[in-house]
Amino acid sequence: MFELLKQPWPWYVSGPLIGLSIPLLLILGNKSLGISSSLKHICAACIPGKIPFLNYDWKNESWNLAFALGIIFGGYIGADLLTNPSNIAISDATIAVLKQNKITDFSGYMPMEIFNWQSILTLKGFIIIVIGGFFVGFGTRYANGCTSGHSIMGLSNLQWPSLVATICFFIGGLFITHLMLPIILNL
Amino acid sequence: MLKTIKYIILGTLFGLVLTKTEAISWFRMQEMFRFQSFHMYGIIGSAIVTGIISIQLIKRLNIKTLTGEKITIERKPFNKGTIIGGLIFGMGWALTGACPGPIFAQIGTGASVAIVLLLSAIAGTWVYSYFKPKLPH
Repeated sequence: MFELLKQPWPWYVSGPLIGLSIPLLLILGNKSLGISSSLKHICAACIPGKIPFLNYDWKNESWNLAFALGIIFGGYIGADLLTNPSNIAISDATIAVLKQNKITDFSGYMPMEIFNWQSILTLKGFIIIVIGGFFVGFGTRYANGCTSGHSIMGLSNLQWPSLVATICFFIGGLFITHLMLPIILNL
Repeated sequence: MLKTIKYIILGTLFGLVLTKTEAISWFRMQEMFRFQSFHMYGIIGSAIVTGIISIQLIKRLNIKTLTGEKITIERKPFNKGTIIGGLIFGMGWALTGACPGPIFAQIGTGASVAIVLLLSAIAGTWVYSYFKPKLPH
């Protein structure tokens, strides 16, 4: 059993489990799944300034921060206690195209040659980590949701704005992957 | 306190699933955006199907919360931000290979540089909040 749990979980196990978090959160606490809000609550708690959008009682939304904290624990359990003994089995086609773009280390969850502390000071690392992270925070708040709040929760509730958001997420992602990353990865 | 523990446990399960199914992997996002594997589409698709069935059951059977409250689901309004913000987030998603949930999970896996990702995302959220009145909505 333990050995089985250590293997990567197939989509038909993980997808329904992720979907079940929706009724669990609704029934256990009347909460709608959504994670990017936690970033806003952190801003409201730490650096609200005089910004009206950030001046609200974030403690009323602290469940969202507790949930985010839990995700950190989940990452620890998943990666360090239930360690998958092999590399992530991405498709050969993806490995081939990434190898053509200077990526050589496929051992972690992300390419370690980019995602390390020294790399942040290089143009490539700065664009991918710092600018990329900034876009994630800016974009999710501007769009009022992320993959969890729009693509999973919003679509599960059949809300058309979430479908528009999800399509835009993909357009942005395809633009970067196919037109920008070939340049950025070769910097 | 008990409430907080409840959400920490739910978050832990959520993060565990994301991690074990490799949805926190930059490589998996690349595979998805290059249409070279069904994995991420299977995850997102089956999560939505499960979510749709669950919400329909809750609505049709008038299921209440454990404490007997009526279940309410926030509706997200549409505005220009849905499109512009969506495009910007999509770009960040492909660059970092992470959305907000996976950033937290990556920190848990011990990828300490994900803390920079988190801080950058917090900075992005703050800058949006600051300029919100001036941005098209």
